[in-house]
Amino acid sequence: MTQSDTSFQTDQPIRVLVAKPGLDGHDRGAKVIARALRDAGMEVIYTGLRQTPEMIVNASIQEDVQCIGLSILSGAHNAIVPRLMNLLKERGANDILVVLGGTIPEQDIPFLKEQGVAAIFGPGTPLETTVEFIRGHVKPRSLASFTS
Amino acid sequence: MAEKVTGNIAEVPRFTDAGNRHPSAAERSWIDKTLFPTLNRTPERPIGADSGINRNEDGTARFTTISGVPVERLYTPADLPLDWDSHPEKYLGHPGQPPYTRGIHPTGYRGKLWTMRQFSGFATPEETNQRYKYLLDNGGSGLSVAFDLPTLMGYDSDHANSEGEVGKCGVAIDSLEDMQILFSGIDLEKTTVSMTINSPASVLWAMYLVVAEQQGADWKKISGTLQNDILKEYIAQKEYIYPPAPSMRLVIDTFEFGALFTPRFNPISISGYHIREAGSTALQELAFTIYDGVEYVEWALRRGLKIDDFAPRLSFFFNSHNDFFEEIAKFRASRKIWYRLMTERFHAKNARSQLMRFHTQTAGVSLTAQQPRNNIARVAIQALAAVLGGTQSLHTDSYDEALALPTEEAARIALRTQQILAYESGVAQTVDPLGGSYFVENLTLKMEEGAFQYFDRLDAMGGMVRAIEQGFPQKELAESSYQYQRAVEAREKIIVGVNEFVVEETSPKILYIGESVRESQSAKLKKLRARRSNEEVMRCLSALRGAAAQEPQATPGTLSDANTMPFILDCVRAYATVGEICEALRDVYGTYEESNWT
Repeated sequence: MTQSDTSFQTDQPIRVLVAKPGLDGHDRGAKVIARALRDAGMEVIYTGLRQTPEMIVNASIQEDVQCIGLSILSGAHNAIVPRLMNLLKERGANDILVVLGGTIPEQDIPFLKEQGVAAIFGPGTPLETTVEFIRGHVKPRSLASFTS
Repeated sequence: MAEKVTGNIAEVPRFTDAGNRHPSAAERSWIDKTLFPTLNRTPERPIGADSGINRNEDGTARFTTISGVPVERLYTPADLPLDWDSHPEKYLGHPGQPPYTRGIHPTGYRGKLWTMRQFSGFATPEETNQRYKYLLDNGGSGLSVAFDLPTLMGYDSDHANSEGEVGKCGVAIDSLEDMQILFSGIDLEKTTVSMTINSPASVLWAMYLVVAEQQGADWKKISGTLQNDILKEYIAQKEYIYPPAPSMRLVIDTFEFGALFTPRFNPISISGYHIREAGSTALQELAFTIYDGVEYVEWALRRGLKIDDFAPRLSFFFNSHNDFFEEIAKFRASRKIWYRLMTERFHAKNARSQLMRFHTQTAGVSLTAQQPRNNIARVAIQALAAVLGGTQSLHTDSYDEALALPTEEAARIALRTQQILAYESGVAQTVDPLGGSYFVENLTLKMEEGAFQYFDRLDAMGGMVRAIEQGFPQKELAESSYQYQRAVEAREKIIVGVNEFVVEETSPKILYIGESVRESQSAKLKKLRARRSNEEVMRCLSALRGAAAQEPQATPGTLSDANTMPFILDCVRAYATVGEICEALRDVYGTYEESNWT
């Protein structure tokens, strides 16, 4: 049974929350990414529009996701990302991988990475790059979450 | 040799309407004697990867538009309807005559060039005012205001939800005071101004009207356009506040008010632009936009308005994307479709009601962050399509818009691109130069046919509001955008600099907007709230709530008692803020959240 336990663990699909924080409603990118991750075998929860960092963190913990994919095109990233990362720390959920896609000026990237964003995907990034990055960097889900 | 090839099914050319074509003897002879030997020697090769949409079932190369519509090798008279020559009035007519396929003006651009209207707005009203003066000084012929997200969503700059968003995607406008600054030194009787504002459109329009009044301008003479198209917000851009029914009522309030008080102002710009940006095909953009127009007309008629009182002021707004001929066909078809709807469906008698007038913007979604200067070429091609399609006004995107809001230099190149088309290329000198092209006419007819098929489906759903509630257009867009992305990932569709011809590069200099705008706008608001009569503001907001809660019914020649416009004007004059006025309407109407169509 040990062997099948291991395979059970690795076969578990990666769970990702795709979120669109801020006031912006341009959701083409978020929806395309959500579908691409789903097609790549991941379980994807899309939050819908205009989610606050609090709502995103709550949903991530409730849904027991391993990755949060944020889509921000409006320039609000410097306000939203630090709030979100702090909330994840406060809730002890900072093992969740956070990746960001959208229109992010290059000069903001070092700050966002310092905050703990693992990767920033600009316009024109191949879907495969995002899929592979998430696959290669998520922490395996805790055994506790399987038994619960 | 020719005989052998004819027998080979893999080599038989495919046509969109193989069954309906009626090639001439000369064309058939060309196929046998010239085409087949050539295909046998050098088979056609797809543009992009030899897979998926680029391959026919028989293994031959397949060519499609950016929307995935098949494009044939050659178009000839056999691709036009049999009665094409005997019934010109049914298809083409002449410019300035029904069905307006060839344009709404008999002289095209020879009497008046299109309006070069560059959309801009960023940071504070003071900074945007400077950019407007720069654009006008450089030969721009109209203005177009981009508002920031808090304004678009009806929040003041100091609202908690506005954090990080103030002045980022457009200019921050909180009160009449900001609108006065925005247009200071700009004569509103002489300058046409377009405003991209939707859910809070009537509020920003009221501010504009009061500024015009304070400048001494006559409301009967001012002209411009309010975007005010809430339906495409639910479909594509998603900047909505209230549920669909009360939102539609606010739109019809502006139609009614405009018809009586601002006869030269377009109260709406029915927009396909955002539908396309959200990933639709050219046909979906055309069909959903025009059907949105049908929905507004139906609601206005239900209010009791007369078609010829408001229809002459309905204006449209399209996207111009990369696929040159498909775009031109879309523009040409749009005029004919609207003419048919206005005459056949709504029985409009006024010739101005039957004219589709539209603004065009080049496709922001087509701009690449990689090798951004390549975007200058893309924008020029898209702008040329808009001009050949007969647009009334045009915005050309700046090359750096995939990275940030445009720098002054990038904005100038965008405007210069239009000027080169207008003054150097010669394309403005003759009317509808592509009229009669077998290819363009065939595409134009297919656009029309496809649009009416969508109209039948939307009619069957009970109209656009119902279709939106069922998520129909939203799902159609999500599917198209995913299919396109898939084709790009497979390199079946090539994007130069992104999936082909890639180089390592450094980022160009961009316009960077920090967090200081929120602070300065919030400070202004604090002073305003201390200075104005808050009692008067409360009284005006309460009167607005009262009107908003009633059902307006029009009687010819007078404004409905419950029309919200006069009440909003009172609020604005009392210096109530955008956030306060929208909050009053939220109290009455509630807010809307869509289901998650993914």
